[in-house]
Amino acid sequence: MEILNITNQNFESEVEKSQVPVLIDFYADWCGPCRMMSPIIDEIAEEKNGEYKVGKINIDQNQELAMKFNVMSIPTIIIFKDGKPEKTFVGVRSKSEILDAMK
Amino acid sequence: MYDVIIIGSGPAGISAGLYTARGNLKTLILYYEHNNITKANKIENYYGFEKGISGKELYENGINQAKNLGIELKKEEVIKVEIETNNMYKIITSKAEYITKTVILALGANKKTLQIKGIANFEGKGVSYCAICDGFFYKNKEVSVIGSGRYALSETNDLINIAKKITILTDGQKAPEFRADNVDIITKPIKQVIGKDKIEKVLFKDDTELKTDGIFIAQGIANASDFARKLGIIINNNNIEVNEEMETNLKGVYACGDCTGGLLQISKAVYEGAVAGLSAIKYCKKIHNNFAKK
Repeated sequence: MEILNITNQNFESEVEKSQVPVLIDFYADWCGPCRMMSPIIDEIAEEKNGEYKVGKINIDQNQELAMKFNVMSIPTIIIFKDGKPEKTFVGVRSKSEILDAMK
Repeated sequence: MYDVIIIGSGPAGISAGLYTARGNLKTLILYYEHNNITKANKIENYYGFEKGISGKELYENGINQAKNLGIELKKEEVIKVEIETNNMYKIITSKAEYITKTVILALGANKKTLQIKGIANFEGKGVSYCAICDGFFYKNKEVSVIGSGRYALSETNDLINIAKKITILTDGQKAPEFRADNVDIITKPIKQVIGKDKIEKVLFKDDTELKTDGIFIAQGIANASDFARKLGIIINNNNIEVNEEMETNLKGVYACGDCTGGLLQISKAVYEGAVAGLSAIKYCKKIHNNFAKK
């Protein structure tokens, strides 16, 4: 499944007004742990295809969004339901832990 | 360059080393503080000692066994583990830097969350365990580092060019020798941390306070979870996540013993150390084909 590139511009349409829940990975290119999280996010996107949208937010380019959701550590994963943050994970997490929260 | 660097000299670390050395891997064991095992007065549930054995004696036997096998052991505090190019790792200690193909984390049980009131509530909301990961969020802000040892100074150094001001909070410990224009040191014991949506200030036991935008936790010496977090290794319930081969999600990095959680017993540490050692041998053979030129 395609991983969406979420920005300040498309956040409202892709996340806030999404018909399905959305999982967002807040990351930066310079962040080593984020690179370890990335393949896990890819696998989750594949497994949850249709049930969830999965997107990434580059915090360097979208600082407003990082501030809005109090992201102060990366990687941070937030699950949005009905456009609102429902569950937050800080730091690299296992696929199973995140999938459990998506049930 | 080493084939494997094992961090920790308890039952897990030594056991791993016995296998890697016998498997012809160029092995270095780095250790610093006395192992938990040395605190055990008498161990009576470990195989092969009909009258039991003191933890200290078992620990020293292990060290001697490794030395007899020709394994290099160095007493140095490990401060950083970094990813190098070409599937290599750099280990930075209080005394030197080493390059290695594989790393085995065997540092014993991970620290529990710092017992300062409020800290746990602000994890990810101003409380951080990794300066290099989260420093960016504190550009031109005022931050605090809790700790007083070399690890705390290393974290401070990672923040020094980012944050406007850094205050090292030793929480009652002796102040470290450290000078920089934008670094202060406060040695007063901490009572609690306070904030709303995110951390706002530190309250000391003498009821004075310090405004802060973020707190970096770096007390004592760095443990397995501190290294894991910076490398992007998965941590679950404060334990390093490994598979049956003792592999972490980072290729070439293994964990064994108490830092992986589960049964905190010597028998389990010895088993996991053996598996981690064998996995490192397999990996070195497969990926690198030939061992380090000695």
